[in-house]
Amino acid sequence: MLTFTVRRLLYGVILLFVIVTLAYLLLYAAAGDVGRTILGPTATPATVALKNQQLGLNSPLLSRYFSWLGHALTGNFGNSWFTNQPVTTAIFTRLQVTLTLVFGAVIVSAVLSAVLGVWSALRGGSVDRGVQLFSVLGFAIPGFIIAVFLVRYFALGTHWFKPTGYVPITTSFSGWIRTVTLPVIALSIGLVAGVSQQVRSSVIDALRQDWVRTLRSRGIPERSVLFKHILRNAGGPALSVLALSFVGLLGGAVIIEEVFGIPGLGQIAVLATSQGDVPLVMGLVVAIGVIVIVVNLVIDLLQGFLNPKARIS
Amino acid sequence: MTEAAVTGVLAPDVASEMRAARSHLARRFLKNPLGVAALSILVLIVLAAIFAPLLTSYNPNAVSVLNILQGPGAGHLLGTDGAGRDVWARLLYGARYTLAGALLATVVAAILGITSGLVAGYYGKWFEAASSWVTTLLMALPGIVVLLAARAVLGPSLWTVMIIFGVLLAPAFYRLVYAAVSGVRNELFVDAARVSGVSDFRIIARHILTVVRAPIIIQGSIVFGIAIAVQVGLDFLGFGDQSIPTWGNMLNDGFTNLYRDPQLVVWPGLAIVVTTVALTLFANALRDELDQSARPRSRRRAVAAATATAPEGPDSDTVAHEAPDSSAQAPLLDVEGLAVGYPQADGSVTRVVNNVSLDIRRGEVHGLIGESGSGKTQTAWSVLRLLPAGGEILAGSIRFDGEDLSRVPDAKMRDIRGGRIAYIPQEPMSNLDPSFTIGTQLTEPMRIKLGVSKSEAKARALKLLGQVGIPNPERTFASYPHELSGGMAQRVLIAGAVSCEPDLIIADEPTTALDVTIQAEILDLLRELQRELGVTILIVTHNFGVVADLCDRVSVMQKGRIVETGPARSVFAAPQHPYTRSLFDAILDESQARGPYAETRP
Repeated sequence: MLTFTVRRLLYGVILLFVIVTLAYLLLYAAAGDVGRTILGPTATPATVALKNQQLGLNSPLLSRYFSWLGHALTGNFGNSWFTNQPVTTAIFTRLQVTLTLVFGAVIVSAVLSAVLGVWSALRGGSVDRGVQLFSVLGFAIPGFIIAVFLVRYFALGTHWFKPTGYVPITTSFSGWIRTVTLPVIALSIGLVAGVSQQVRSSVIDALRQDWVRTLRSRGIPERSVLFKHILRNAGGPALSVLALSFVGLLGGAVIIEEVFGIPGLGQIAVLATSQGDVPLVMGLVVAIGVIVIVVNLVIDLLQGFLNPKARIS
Repeated sequence: MTEAAVTGVLAPDVASEMRAARSHLARRFLKNPLGVAALSILVLIVLAAIFAPLLTSYNPNAVSVLNILQGPGAGHLLGTDGAGRDVWARLLYGARYTLAGALLATVVAAILGITSGLVAGYYGKWFEAASSWVTTLLMALPGIVVLLAARAVLGPSLWTVMIIFGVLLAPAFYRLVYAAVSGVRNELFVDAARVSGVSDFRIIARHILTVVRAPIIIQGSIVFGIAIAVQVGLDFLGFGDQSIPTWGNMLNDGFTNLYRDPQLVVWPGLAIVVTTVALTLFANALRDELDQSARPRSRRRAVAAATATAPEGPDSDTVAHEAPDSSAQAPLLDVEGLAVGYPQADGSVTRVVNNVSLDIRRGEVHGLIGESGSGKTQTAWSVLRLLPAGGEILAGSIRFDGEDLSRVPDAKMRDIRGGRIAYIPQEPMSNLDPSFTIGTQLTEPMRIKLGVSKSEAKARALKLLGQVGIPNPERTFASYPHELSGGMAQRVLIAGAVSCEPDLIIADEPTTALDVTIQAEILDLLRELQRELGVTILIVTHNFGVVADLCDRVSVMQKGRIVETGPARSVFAAPQHPYTRSLFDAILDESQARGPYAETRP
């Protein structure tokens, strides 16, 4: 189990390293005249040259890369070119907001998917058709379109929820609920569509297994057969779908945050990339990479818990 | 080598079968109402985009400061947007750019993914390893973030962004094609083509691509939908080329003016929803039909086989070797006139067990013997009331200790199962829940049935494991099913069956799935347990050796009916029914050649 964890972690770190290296080299190779970008067209060539020198852009790309990497390993990602704020500060203040949304969506989706999937697998008939229809719509309609409609009809129509902004849970719980509910719904619908379908087909599949008959032959109550044995066996594939969707969820959060005006990672991602703020973009690449790796590792460990065979391989 | 020669060499029926399957698929798809509706909507949208100039006289980019945010009507079908542009015109022209952009991304993804998938799947080697690495890499990146970064350095061109997104989406096709190709790579017909000197290119084009064509179309429509979503998303964020009308730019404008005219987001939103839902429905319908066309043949065969098993009619000629046992106590299990059937979709009922009568006395081992499909397992499952989905007891009674099991309520039946009637399955490995330890699976029924504590249940389980001959009970207790051998797993299942002290054990071919040496050990174990516990056993088997070894009495079953019954000794000594005799003749015997198979009923 330990070697398994270590190997997965190592694999993730290598992947992260490759992504970061590619991103650094490509971004700087394509960045053009950075000093001019920052100072704008009115600056004199001399000040532009001075700015470039201040930023250390005159040394060769590779040596800059290694020095950046060295600093990055100690947790120093430099400062934003435009606000001069340390990259780590800029990211950390917003990370919490984005993670709230993303993990909120994951938890909501996991619970809803389990309920809907099991329900439609067992009931069949019109319940099943209803869940299927929901899944098709949820899969097909982009999350931010749902978000736009939620703002249009719920936030503006009913005033139950706030159309924009974010209130931390530490400030006001009701304010937090009123700001996060709609974004979490918008993020969750697509996920529920995919995961509930997987739960449904895994449950149908598990119900056909021989060991279900044997469990019943032992007089195990149906409740236990279903919720203890079948759901645990159906959990693995559903978790894989959840894991595969996670990267998409982070991407989706970028646009959803923009719709609801939530100050999360998405907002600085939009800002940093539109300005060409390379240090900040690099910091974001690392942050997202780390989140993806950690989440995948956690899901692998959960898989091992659910499926004993996965523990060895 | 010419093409004709190639098709001649390569099992021609494979090629024609594929062609038939394909034309089938198209025809079947056209009969799927949802699929046809989705396809029609898509065609309408594409036509509307192509003939946009005919459907509106407005220029989608004509800004008019005097006509800002006008409502529908008054010359503008859907009103005007924040810059006074005609919404209907922008919607139509927007379809052109949005669909063309998504198409570009899909085509790039398809070309890259399919070629690399074919090469990696067909040739393997280093290309395979490299491709799978690149795939993992691409899939670890949130697409939208990459696109934002790319847009920052490359500018806002719709086409550039869509080409890059196409690259990011290539894994969707790569994985599909790679899986399919590496699957058929070593098929016989591909080998045959290779041996007969057909070029790799031709093999791929003719024999491999045809296999994945329909899945590629399905994947393509899904990717197309994703490309629309991402492109609209970028434009919505204001990162697109603002000079062209796209649905994303319209959404952006609508959202900016949300408070002044909340209707503006609705039109592009609806256009996107209708298009992406139609794409998904189209893909789903195609996939359904693809699944269907792969299935019907085997289903027909299965039904035919099942139908053959049990002809209806009275059970007139059961050979009984003894007078009914009226003197002694009542039998523990008394099955009378049992019929089991599976209702079919067309309203008919396929009978698999017909008028079976069986009585099993207390403390005896009763063999139920017959060839595969004779209905013996169905009979056993009926006693447990655990017939597979759709199976029904059509007639007869199953009296167990005086109570008719075919009529007791479910809750009562649950009490009887495990506690009074236990079950030993045929295939040990598939009959243990793979996700729980042996210990959990052994103790759970004991805690329910015997109401013992967790530690008490554990102590009992360990003792049982020792009793069934498991060398290290502690270790097996903590093991998962996949860590056991088949023989061990069967011992565990036997331990489970006797754990709650049942009166009757139903063992369904308990040795069939095991190695010959293990078979003997398991039979010994059953005999020992029977002697120790005095339990009654109904053992289902197709093996006369098992009957001779273990059984006091035996019933011979054929085509859903009992044809001969009596003490094992007497049936062995003087088989009366022709079918019983043919079963005996079928046993390989040194002294005697095999006799002819007796078909007793046409």
